Amino acid sequence: MATLKFTDGELAPCREDRATEITLAEWREGARPEAGRFALALPNDAALDEVAHALARFDAIILHFPTFKDGRALSQARLLRARYGFAGEIRARGEVLPDQAFFMARAGFDAFEIDCEAIESFRTALSAFSCVYQRSSDDRAPVYARRAATRAAAA
Amino acid sequence: MKAVTGNLLSNGRVVYLAADDHWTERLEDAMLLDDADAEPVLAAAKSRIREIANAYLIDAENGAATGQKALRETIRASGPSVRKDLGKQAEPRS
Amino acid sequence: MYRYDEFDETIVRERIAEFRGQVARRLSGALTEDQFKPLRLMNGLYLQLHAYMLRVAIPYGTLSSRQMRRLAHIARKYDKGYGHMTTRQNIQFNWPALVDVPDILEELADVEMHAIQTSGNCIRNVTSDQYAGAAADEIEDPRPWCEIIRQWSTLHPEFSYLPRKFKIAVTASAHDRAAVRVHDIGLRLHRNAEGKTGFEVIVGGGLGRTPMIGRTIREFLPKEHLLSYLEAIMRVYNLHGRRDNIYKARIKILVHSEGAESFRRAVEDEWSGSDKAAVDPPREEIERIRRYFAPPPFEKLEPESAAFDKARAADAEFARWARVNAAPHKVPGYVIANISLKTPGAPPGDISAAQMEAVADLAERYSFDELRVTHEQNLCLPHVKKDDLYDVYRALKAAGLGAANIGLASDIVACPGLDYCDLANARSIPIAQRLAERFAFSGEEDDIGDLRIKISGCINACGHHHVGHIGVLGVDKKGEEFYQVTLGGSPGEDAALGEIVGRGLSADEVVDAVGRLVDFYKDHRREGERFLDAYRRIGLERFKEALYGDAEIH
Repeated sequence: MATLKFTDGELAPCREDRATEITLAEWREGARPEAGRFALALPNDAALDEVAHALARFDAIILHFPTFKDGRALSQARLLRARYGFAGEIRARGEVLPDQAFFMARAGFDAFEIDCEAIESFRTALSAFSCVYQRSSDDRAPVYARRAATRAAAA
Repeated sequence: MKAVTGNLLSNGRVVYLAADDHWTERLEDAMLLDDADAEPVLAAAKSRIREIANAYLIDAENGAATGQKALRETIRASGPSVRKDLGKQAEPRS
Repeated sequence: MYRYDEFDETIVRERIAEFRGQVARRLSGALTEDQFKPLRLMNGLYLQLHAYMLRVAIPYGTLSSRQMRRLAHIARKYDKGYGHMTTRQNIQFNWPALVDVPDILEELADVEMHAIQTSGNCIRNVTSDQYAGAAADEIEDPRPWCEIIRQWSTLHPEFSYLPRKFKIAVTASAHDRAAVRVHDIGLRLHRNAEGKTGFEVIVGGGLGRTPMIGRTIREFLPKEHLLSYLEAIMRVYNLHGRRDNIYKARIKILVHSEGAESFRRAVEDEWSGSDKAAVDPPREEIERIRRYFAPPPFEKLEPESAAFDKARAADAEFARWARVNAAPHKVPGYVIANISLKTPGAPPGDISAAQMEAVADLAERYSFDELRVTHEQNLCLPHVKKDDLYDVYRALKAAGLGAANIGLASDIVACPGLDYCDLANARSIPIAQRLAERFAFSGEEDDIGDLRIKISGCINACGHHHVGHIGVLGVDKKGEEFYQVTLGGSPGEDAALGEIVGRGLSADEVVDAVGRLVDFYKDHRREGERFLDAYRRIGLERFKEALYGDAEIH
């Protein structure tokens, strides 16, 4: 297994020190991040309100895909970015397939725990689409904004 | 008796496992297995994932589907009952 | 109608390239069937009984002649010369090879069509009123909003792995032809007291195993906030919809178990906390899309047509066809010409390549190049001059599409059933054929009047049997086909779910039993009373006696 991470728009194996993980259950029992890097691992049915006030103390949030068909973590990631303003790493764990990497990246994930040999297929998948219809957690402009820009340039 | 059936991966056509381990398009050419022997044969067939999209066991005797799923498997083996001009029922035996 | 720009085309082409890669990975064995299945489904590709089946979206039911001709070409080149119109404004091809599907998708993209999200646990093809832009009772054309929803829901990063499939329908007429109360989300454009138009938002309707009528969670949503409000609903559903049991995963179960009021509060909370401006399209984009749906250049015509009156007087068959199949248009001198795909004796909704080409020619020549497909598995030409209607009729008749039965007993909705479908328990088409022949050939159809018979071959209810005035559900009983009858359903503004009458009947029995129901209605109706209204007045018990009549008790 490797963790792939976006750094300056490039996808590369993560070189940072591994963060110490705290699960939601451990959090509830009082475990707290101290010195060093910490990651909070959340199950995909966790309500984010419970940990909202402490998010800034974590370097990473790990969200879970128990099967690739279970897309709850996509909404969690979107909320972490848009509602809670979490700027650290959001890492996908579980059944993480290249075919979903594009959606995950758009929802707010910037790190993926995957088999080392899948790196190339992740790179391909992440660049599969050059246009998107929606604004999301990434910085891609939706096509309506690009249409407006095209019109403005032509005017 | 049981037979192994599935749909070919590349084109979806209905096929059956024949005695020589090849896939045949005709139910009457399918290899019939005793119930006790069927599961390992099915498992081997399922592992041929580059040839077959799905594989499962059906009940069959004398070249025809039997049992509770007989109607479904007869339609699969022949073609839509409402379009006799389509499917295997419309194709000459080669 | 909407036309792709470079961005729309790029998205569709890139999606095909992605799918081509996925097909190659599947063929090489790099993907297992379990991994590939959700990917192919999200590109409309099923594996059915005989072969693969490709479901192509016809967004909000609108087609040009060029698009219809391309569907005909695909039917000939890659399939067996025909297609099947579904109850959700899609067309299905029953015999494509997996290896050909990326090429088929390229051919569709050439004419601005796709199969994206026509299956899978994602937001499906958005459906609408087939009379949009033509209906006399319409507030405004709902299709710009359908196109806005189509774009927003396409490859949505957050809502592509939902608990279950998700269907949205939009209507803008008092008479609901889009069945909005039996969709996951139904949107009804209406005018409020201040004269503004906005959406009534209805959530949690649906058919299938647990049929439910949707609940209104907002009476009036300003139009410009449609997408942010939809996002709020989708997020609540994505996070809280059940995933442990496929039969309880639709949003209707969540709305029902939480209660509509509690669900509404969750949505409103989510919506009020959201950055609406980031999601709602800017006004100029809404206007850009709306311009594509500007009315065609209608001529100024007299409301009545001498040519039409003369043809009606001379040709009684045409007179009957026009009375049954033509619907009022909002512009004087025009009509909506419905084309029945229910020729009695033929499989409901099937259309041959030659017929596709024939109706494409008619659309081009007589209807501003527009065709519509309906959720009742028919077609219509939305803008035909009354002056031209006789020519249209004769061409349809020559193409074998002259059936005059829209809304009548032989206009039967039926899913493909066990003749094609992997999920079916019993055949639907043969029952539809026998019933249609019985009512059409006996000459009693006109006298029976408005009667909606809908047949599904399994509990998934693709044939919408729950909302048939008479619904027929195929079940499997120890390897034999049996049929359960429901009564009193309606998909429209008076939406209701049919009541199960009793034990199932054999294929032979059910045809006669439905005949007895109709006879009972004819004997007991009041002047001008429809079957549905008579049923509602008289009640289940007496109809039940009629249904079982002299059939043997099993």
